[in-house]
Amino acid sequence: MSEIFRVAIIGSGPAGKSAAGRAASLGLSHILLEKTDHLSDTIYKYQKGKHVMATPSQLVLRSDQEFEAGKREAILENWNQRTKELGVNVKFNAEAKAIRGTGPAIEGSVHVIEMRGRDGTITKKEIQRYAPPYEIELTNGEKIMAENVVFAIGTQGNPNRMRCPGGDLPHVQYQLDDPTEYVDEHIVVIGAGDAGIENARGLAEDAAQGNVVTIVSRGPEAPSPKESFPTAKEANALALLGDRNAGKLFIRFETDTASVEPGWITFSTRDGEERVRCDRIIARIGSAPPRAFIEECGIAFTSADRLAFPQLSPVFESTAPGIFVIGALAGYPLIKHCMNQGYDVIEFINGNTELKPADEPILEAKFRDLPGRKSVAEWLDLLRENVTILNGMNPLQMREFMLDSDAKFYRKGDVIFERAAPGSSLFAIAQGSVAVQIDPSDTSKIVPIGQGSIFGEVGLISGRRRGATVVAAEDTICVEISRNAALKLQSQVPTAKKAIERISTERLLLQMFGSGLKPDDIAEVVETSKIRQVKPGEAILKEGDEGNEIYVIRVGSMIVEKEIGGKPVFLSYLPAGSYVGEMALIAGGRRTATVKAAIKSEVIRIDGDAFKKVLEANPELLKRAKRDMASRQDINAFIEAKKDSFSGVVDMYSGVANFLVENGIGEATDVLLIDESLCVGCDNCEKACADSHDGLSRLDREAGRSYAHLHVPTSCRHCEHPHCMADCPPNAINRGPDGEVYINDTCIGCGNCQRNCPYGVIRMDKVPPKKPSLLSWLFFGFGPGPGEPSKKWAYANSDPGVEKPKKAIKCDMCAGIEGGPSCVRACPTGAAIRVAPDEFLTVARLEQEEA
Amino acid sequence: MATQAQPAAPAVRKKTTGRQRNSMHDGFLRHRNFRWMKIATVLSITCLVSYFLVDVQPRHNGGSWYGYTLGTIGALLILWLTCLGLRKRAITPGGWSLKAWTSAHVYLGLSLIVIGTLHTGFQLGWNVHTLAWSLMMIVIISGIFGIYFYATLPDNLSNNRADSDGAVTERMMIEQLRSLDRQLHDAAQPLDPAQAALVQASLEQDPFDGNFFQRIGNSYRGCETRAAIAELRRMRAYQPRMGDDPLDKVDGLLQRKESTLARLRKHLQIKSMLQVWLFVHVPMTFALLAALSAHIFSVFFYW
Repeated sequence: MSEIFRVAIIGSGPAGKSAAGRAASLGLSHILLEKTDHLSDTIYKYQKGKHVMATPSQLVLRSDQEFEAGKREAILENWNQRTKELGVNVKFNAEAKAIRGTGPAIEGSVHVIEMRGRDGTITKKEIQRYAPPYEIELTNGEKIMAENVVFAIGTQGNPNRMRCPGGDLPHVQYQLDDPTEYVDEHIVVIGAGDAGIENARGLAEDAAQGNVVTIVSRGPEAPSPKESFPTAKEANALALLGDRNAGKLFIRFETDTASVEPGWITFSTRDGEERVRCDRIIARIGSAPPRAFIEECGIAFTSADRLAFPQLSPVFESTAPGIFVIGALAGYPLIKHCMNQGYDVIEFINGNTELKPADEPILEAKFRDLPGRKSVAEWLDLLRENVTILNGMNPLQMREFMLDSDAKFYRKGDVIFERAAPGSSLFAIAQGSVAVQIDPSDTSKIVPIGQGSIFGEVGLISGRRRGATVVAAEDTICVEISRNAALKLQSQVPTAKKAIERISTERLLLQMFGSGLKPDDIAEVVETSKIRQVKPGEAILKEGDEGNEIYVIRVGSMIVEKEIGGKPVFLSYLPAGSYVGEMALIAGGRRTATVKAAIKSEVIRIDGDAFKKVLEANPELLKRAKRDMASRQDINAFIEAKKDSFSGVVDMYSGVANFLVENGIGEATDVLLIDESLCVGCDNCEKACADSHDGLSRLDREAGRSYAHLHVPTSCRHCEHPHCMADCPPNAINRGPDGEVYINDTCIGCGNCQRNCPYGVIRMDKVPPKKPSLLSWLFFGFGPGPGEPSKKWAYANSDPGVEKPKKAIKCDMCAGIEGGPSCVRACPTGAAIRVAPDEFLTVARLEQEEA
Repeated sequence: MATQAQPAAPAVRKKTTGRQRNSMHDGFLRHRNFRWMKIATVLSITCLVSYFLVDVQPRHNGGSWYGYTLGTIGALLILWLTCLGLRKRAITPGGWSLKAWTSAHVYLGLSLIVIGTLHTGFQLGWNVHTLAWSLMMIVIISGIFGIYFYATLPDNLSNNRADSDGAVTERMMIEQLRSLDRQLHDAAQPLDPAQAALVQASLEQDPFDGNFFQRIGNSYRGCETRAAIAELRRMRAYQPRMGDDPLDKVDGLLQRKESTLARLRKHLQIKSMLQVWLFVHVPMTFALLAALSAHIFSVFFYW
């Protein structure tokens, strides 16, 4: 048997390479195993010349390797160089196949693997764990012995292979590095997911390449692009269909590959088999994360979820002693995180117990302003113990959690947030207590919230503005949990989710009905309430149905419709935080209108009988509920009456409302609309936008849809729950103090937000060079004039030595610019307006229009 | 002040001052319930009334103290009105609204008819002074056309590009034309040379050729597409009908092209009308400024 290495590192990406570098400089006996013949395959496979970003920018890099943002080529070159200098023992073309402990069996340590078959059956397999040293068997049969194993293999996994005859021929490939490499070829792309679509479009983009590109999809073509390509993002699907309509490429639906031979491919289609010319096949039929392999090594995952990560100790050790997991596979996809973990894990293996994580300075800074001198670890423990919803976290999760959150100290009487301020974060009280001012006109009316509890959950859940002002009742330490951190917390810790839901339901009810209700009064109502998801367009109440439940809109928004003269007429728009269904409960009878979701929503269903009891016990509340009901009945009556005399006006109102809801206004908080009966098409709004924001316009006036002279241009709606925020690796998208959703400077230009935005309002672009001043254009003709400069001018005038990265750009509502949005200020005729849906979709407009 | 979680935000963002959001809106003519119309009317009436009340000997003229007052007001107004061009392009921070400026520009500009004319004391002649007055009137009259166009045309522009599923943009219309041309090119391959030549003529004609008057009048006499449709139909009338005639497809495509062209041409016509008055208004403003300078200079020189 050959030597036993102290540590074997599998995978030479940023994490593995950094670990190997540390091991080399510590003089530890080590080996770095890389499956391919070059280092860092994932980054190696990035598209040529890609700008690699270094985020999060405030994180200190701690590694023997170097890394800063730059071009892919420069970064790879530097890494190769450093790896050589450090004397890392690299073994290329070494793919691990199995890892087995060779020591004695570890008593009581049995790992159970659950395998879910396609038919839903679960088979269990038990694996007895054995102590180190580990024997790593490579695919070529070689065996390597190591006391410790570090998994740094990332999540890229292995692409699914083609299984038809001929699928192993050399012209079948599973990736596409450079679409411009191929000319005059018949190319078939298999799989119409995002990767396949992007590849096919790349190959067909330049007609001069002369490629005949066909993309093959198993599913049938549906009326909507989204349904035709269910696994792809809508923007990609649309673009692909656009390319087909432009004659750039072919799409084959309901097609499978029967066999492959050199120069030809045989498809099996609905109408039988078809043999077609084909010089190259690019198969993008998904990839499997290497979970099975990892589990076989005795490593347990946190859950059966497809996206779950391995269970790890604070020093990255998995459930198999001596096997460590770092990098993307451990849940840290950013390069800097990976490199730091590589360093840390080797220090831990080398017995360094004093090592503080690299994020220590960040956390130290977060706790710096709090009273009392405590170490980061002590603070983390204190928060975890004192705050109920954080109880279920482990120390590693807690660290991660605090990176996205803030600890804040408030003196007695300090305002924590004000009523009607925008904000989607959740607050938890670690020490002290706060007072909620429930009546804006009388600050002495307060509701106390004590240590360990939470507040601000309404903003978190509904995305709406804060419902009340909250002040510190004594010296208080709060944790402000950003929306992302709160969502992560809820998915990681089910008890936290439950606690937040209960508290939020209770508070929402108390806040909505007010009238001196106490939590005890509504205990039964809260207990019997259920949270229900509602799909867009789905009705929670139907006109004429029986029922006495009350629904409270928790997330999203609803529209109320009534059938008048055989046509549904729009009655009103209900934002989150309103309730419906009280008429049937109070007045009895059937439902008087249909209520359906304008967007994906969540409602709290409240049992009618339980609520009736509360009403009977609280005459104040009953009075209020009756008042609310009366005002709604007034609106209904008004519209019904008008329907007779001003049928056209009501139809118009109804039509406009439905059009706006269809165009995403239902989830908007602030949207630009253009009154086309005033718009002269001067595009001064676009020019003003570009001139207020580094020369790039964030709106396209002409594009977008119109109805009855009302135009919704392509411009950000600042959604309540922005789709763009959903998947932003550096967490660069936030909501600002004006309610604007903005992208900060830490954007890495990945384009996720652009793809996730259903309204296409985000563009990826470089900031053009600065223009000469307006006066020098006006008097001397210097520069391109007002508005966004042409690409040509920007190219000719940019500094050739500096390569600016493309970043995501979107409307920020001109936050911070005195006077507000410049599109509106710069409209010469008053056609451009910015509105909030709850203000705009009111019956008041109907009254005005009539006047 | 909201406390907002921004872990990675480089700078603290503050609430923006002076931001207004208004769901009820009105156009530049009705701005703030006709505020500038009222101001301009009061100004004009004041000038008119005072003109009759003030007794200038021997008769009203630009050289009296009253004439100088009106002249100064008028000249300052002209300078201020010219600044709209600057205001429109200088996107500075602050609580200004271009709509309010346009509204004021329109009504105060109209009041210049009264102020400027009273300033002349109706002493018109063939001199630089009257030149300035005439140029001013030309500018104002072209402006009145502008108001008329701005008030009436946007509806047509919007209707013309309205579509069952939203609205067509100018770029989309051009794309449609390109796509139809490509399809026509393919569909015309089986045609005989005489027929193909007709289609070719339609393909080769630049849809944007034609002069300014054609564009604004929306009359394109030499439209090859229309000619091709007519001629191909005439040819077909003498041919025996057979199934699967390639001419059917070509005819359909040509018709679609013609309707797309019609829409695009209408679009361009309206857009031109919205701009054409500016080709008088703006150059005449500069001529007016020059004449005004000469007028003022000569008045003081010959004092």
